[in-house]
Amino acid sequence: MRLQYPSGIRIICLPCTGKVDLLHLLHCFEKGADGVYVVGCLEGACQFNTGNLRARKRVALAQEILEKIGLGGDRVQMYNLSSSEAPRFVQIAEEMTQKILKLGPNPIKLARRKMAA
Amino acid sequence: MNEEKTPSKLEKILRAGHLAVTSECGPPRGSEAGHITKKAEMIRNHVDAVNITDNQTSVTRLCSLAACIHLKMMGLEPVLQMVTRDRNRIAIQSDILGAASFDIFNILCLSGDHQSFGDNPKGQNVFDLDSMQLIQTVRHMRDEGKFLGGDSIERPPRMFVGAAANPFADPFEIRVPRLAKKIAAGVEFIQTQCIYNVEKFELWLKLARERGLTEKIFILAGVTPFKSVGMAKYMKNRVPGMDVPDELVKRMSGVAKEKQPEEGLQICVETIQRLKEQKGVRGFHIMAIEWEEKVPEIVERSGLYPRPNVN
Amino acid sequence: MIVAKQKPIEEIIETLKGYNKILILGCNECVTVCEAGGKKEVAVLASALRMYFMNQGQEVKIEEATLERQCDHEYLEEIRKTVDQYDAVLSLACGVGVQFLAEKYMHTPILPGVDTCFMGVTEERGVWSERCQGCGQCILAWTAGICPVSRCAKRLLNGPCGGSSKGKCEINKEVPCAWQIIIDRLNELGRMEDYERLIPIKDWSTERAGGPRKVVREDVRS
Repeated sequence: MRLQYPSGIRIICLPCTGKVDLLHLLHCFEKGADGVYVVGCLEGACQFNTGNLRARKRVALAQEILEKIGLGGDRVQMYNLSSSEAPRFVQIAEEMTQKILKLGPNPIKLARRKMAA
Repeated sequence: MNEEKTPSKLEKILRAGHLAVTSECGPPRGSEAGHITKKAEMIRNHVDAVNITDNQTSVTRLCSLAACIHLKMMGLEPVLQMVTRDRNRIAIQSDILGAASFDIFNILCLSGDHQSFGDNPKGQNVFDLDSMQLIQTVRHMRDEGKFLGGDSIERPPRMFVGAAANPFADPFEIRVPRLAKKIAAGVEFIQTQCIYNVEKFELWLKLARERGLTEKIFILAGVTPFKSVGMAKYMKNRVPGMDVPDELVKRMSGVAKEKQPEEGLQICVETIQRLKEQKGVRGFHIMAIEWEEKVPEIVERSGLYPRPNVN
Repeated sequence: MIVAKQKPIEEIIETLKGYNKILILGCNECVTVCEAGGKKEVAVLASALRMYFMNQGQEVKIEEATLERQCDHEYLEEIRKTVDQYDAVLSLACGVGVQFLAEKYMHTPILPGVDTCFMGVTEERGVWSERCQGCGQCILAWTAGICPVSRCAKRLLNGPCGGSSKGKCEINKEVPCAWQIIIDRLNELGRMEDYERLIPIKDWSTERAGGPRKVVREDVRS
């Protein structure tokens, strides 16, 4: 289909979203990511049964922590889609990009620059 | 079972073979003693003794001992309820002596509702002793004339020792063994949980009779009249360890709202009349919660009036 | 094991105010198993705190380490050479570890990062529950191996109370009645006659009531 999606997104491939650790999510933000979203298989369709459900819980915990430390919990999201849903993939990418644009840049990135200056 | 061990009027009445009648009053949530003396006045001629609850459902109230003293000064016979939730063994023994100094001759030994039900759910509890061990403690102080620590007591307490029994709590299979255990601990009279499921109570009583337990102690059957169908439902669904059969809820809801108090009283009277005939029931404990004014009517309608004069 | 749970991060942040170089110190024992204060939890907390302080515009250095145990001298000694570099140590060990650290390193503020809860078991991953309160005089031989001191809300040695309903405790329908479990066990063991044995008044002096406790074994003492 060769669909276009926003260019600011860097894809990290994992065998299963069950591999996503809370620490991975936090480290993304510590290193300056403006937003992170985890895209898992449809719920009920995980090859490993519960990988995507575990990922959802970890994303929820990351949201809670980011909210409490003042970065904003909305910067991290969980989505589910199947591999045949390319238009949906694009839709999610655009939705997430819009959300992050609205939230503005990761304040950590700005703070780091300020401290370095 | 004829030998009197204390000057308790309740004990005298029971040992003389009369059906005893006790009731209870909850102390006020303040220091106005008039609340309790007024309630006691309403029932004084219709009951043999009056239980004073001890911070019932863990809600802070005027203390049981002080309320008992008010009753005693009115010439009534108080039953000091004591829970082990709030006192360690020092306070327990001390309060027993305090009560004995006012010639309070009856005590009901309880563990007490957990504090999470009351107005101080964040508080500590004590439970240095349990209800069985409290029974043992009072008997030890009375019969041996000694403190738990072994020292002698000058003028030991003379108290008729009671406890509660709930034939309806789970598991049912240990309800009679549990009664036997309380008897082994030294209990002399039992006031039961409110009886609504009469068949289940009768089964419990039958099993107790078969073990010869009813010959060893005096069982006072507990009754509480429903004021409304709402109360019946509340007791059924919300009060731990309460067994209210559906038929009774149905019966209460089958009458118009203004007639429900009368229906509640009628159920109560019928229960008493049925249980009067049961071997092993030696009296009744009428707990008319915030409805003390109806106790005389219940006693009269149940054929338990006038009360015997034993002094 | 000793079961602990993580303190809310906002509470931790409050206690760390004013310190510029902080060591977050995990423990490889109980708190690792109950996922409250092991290496992983140290890393997560450190990352979150670094971000928090940076976002606040504060230059706070957060470092991480996890010891084999915090309740033994030999492991605590591992940080002796480096501890002075820090303004404070946030220990994710149980209250035991926090205190042992505090006793050892007199000049360093030692702060707790977890709330120590109880001695218990892992019922399933993510679910821990209490089994022992360390009363100092085990009565499990008389109660079918189930402890009424730690598992009955009223600590009744001669239970159950009248609030036991369908196997649950009166305080909460989620809490099993310890005495129901005891009775079920006695039935299974064919020892219901044990139920009628009165358990005597307990000597609580070996429990918290007797003040701080100590066990001394002369034969193994160095």
